[in-house]
Amino acid sequence: MTDEKATGGAPGDPAAPVPTAAKPAAPTAKASPGAVTRRGFLSTIGVAWTSFAAACAAGAVATGRFMFPNVLFEPPQSFKAGPPDEFLAGTVDNRFKESFGVFVVRDETSLFALKAVCTHLGCTPNWLDAENKFKCPCHGSGFYRTGINFEGPAPRPLERYRVVMADDGQIIIDKTKAYAYEKGEWLNPESFLSV
Amino acid sequence: MLKKLWEFTRNTQVWNSIFRHGPPDTARNRGLAVLTNVFLHLHPVKVRKSGIRLRFTWCMGGITFFLFLVETATGLLLMFYYHPTVEYAYVDIVDLREQVPLGVMRELHRWGAHAMVITVWLHMLRVFMTGSYKPPREFNWNVGVLLLVLTLLLSFTGYLLPWDQLAMWAVTVGSNMARATPLLGHEGPGASLMKIGDIALVHAGNDARFALLGGRFVGAGALLRFYVLHCVGIPVVAAILMAVHFWRVRKDGGISGPV
Repeated sequence: MTDEKATGGAPGDPAAPVPTAAKPAAPTAKASPGAVTRRGFLSTIGVAWTSFAAACAAGAVATGRFMFPNVLFEPPQSFKAGPPDEFLAGTVDNRFKESFGVFVVRDETSLFALKAVCTHLGCTPNWLDAENKFKCPCHGSGFYRTGINFEGPAPRPLERYRVVMADDGQIIIDKTKAYAYEKGEWLNPESFLSV
Repeated sequence: MLKKLWEFTRNTQVWNSIFRHGPPDTARNRGLAVLTNVFLHLHPVKVRKSGIRLRFTWCMGGITFFLFLVETATGLLLMFYYHPTVEYAYVDIVDLREQVPLGVMRELHRWGAHAMVITVWLHMLRVFMTGSYKPPREFNWNVGVLLLVLTLLLSFTGYLLPWDQLAMWAVTVGSNMARATPLLGHEGPGASLMKIGDIALVHAGNDARFALLGGRFVGAGALLRFYVLHCVGIPVVAAILMAVHFWRVRKDGGISGPV
C-alpha cells in the first residue's frame, strides 16, 4: 500500500497528493512519460545491484564452504589407549602408529605420547628397536626415544600429544593439543603421565 | 578423375557452408582462411620470417602446447581404466602397465608431463632472453607465468594418482607447505592472530592444506580432490588462459623479432 503511494503519487502526478483510496493504480498506468524518475530509477538500480552483489557473495561463500565437509572419515582426534600398565617401562609402543599416528613411550617415571610426524617435512618416522632410535624414511632424521632430534635435517624434537587419565583408568590421548619441547611445553603436566 | 571429384566437392553446399572463402591461392583468401576459423584466428594471420626461425624461437611454446594436447589425449584414455579410490588406484596403475593393450600409454602420459615442464621453462627462458616480456607484451608475460604455475600444479596433482609410497609421501611433504600459508595455514604467519579468545579460527581441521586435501592427512579425500583438479579443474583453467595467451601474441604484434 505504502509502496503504491510512493511510486504512484510522487512521480506520477504531483498535483494529486490525496488519491482516492478506491483507484490508486489508475493514474500510475496513465501517466506513462513521468512514471520513471531519475531518483526512482537510480534507487531501483542501486537496490538491484546491491542485492545481486549480495547474492553473488553469498553464493561464493557457500561454494567455498562446500569444500569443507561436516563429517570426516578419519580416525577420531582423541582416543582411549588402554590402562597405563599395558605399556612396559622402557618400551616404545607401535600399536597406535598406523591407526592414529602416535607412539606411546614409557620410561621409569613417566608415560607420554609422541606425535609420529617428522619435524622436518612431515613424514612418519619408524621406531628401530635394534638401533634404539626413531628414524624417518624420507630424509633420514633421527630422534632418541625421548623424541629429541640428534641426526639428519629435522630442526626440532618430535612433539608430544596431550595425555590424561579417564575415569575408567584408561589413558586418553588427545591429538588436538600438541606440546613442543623447544617452547618448554614438556613441563606442562598434561604433556606426560607420572607412573 | 581425382581432380573432378575435388571440383565437385568444392562446389557442394556442405563445403561452401563450412568454408566461406575461395581456395587459399591469394593472400586475401589465405588471410580469410585464418580469420574465419575460430581456432586458427587465435594465431596471427601473418608471421614474420624471424617468427619461424628456430634459432630465435626454439619453438618451445609450440612444443609445450603440443605436449598439452598429447597429455589431454593420453590422459583421457587413462581415465577409462583408472579409479581414484584408495582401493583401486594403485592396482589400476599396475593393470595399465601389465594388462591393458598399448601399456605404453601411461608412460607416454608420464614422460609427456616431464617434457612439458622442461619445455615450458625453456619457453620462459627464451622469452626472457629475447626481451619479449617488454611492453606491449607485459600482460602476456603474466598470463604465461600463470600458465607455468598451472603446469607445475598439473604435475603435482598427477604425482599423487599412482598412490604408491613415493606419491603419498611426496604429496605429504609438498602439501605441508600449505600449512605455512599466511593467515590461512594453521602454522603460517599470522595464524596466531586468527582466534577469538582461546578458540583458534584456523586449525589443522579447516586451513588451506585441509581444503586442498579434504582431510588432515593424505588419504581418500586427497586422492579424489587431486584427481578432479588434475583431470578437470586445472586443465580447463589452463585451456582458457592458453586461448588468451595465443590471442594476445597476435594482438601484441605477433611473435617478437630480433631488434
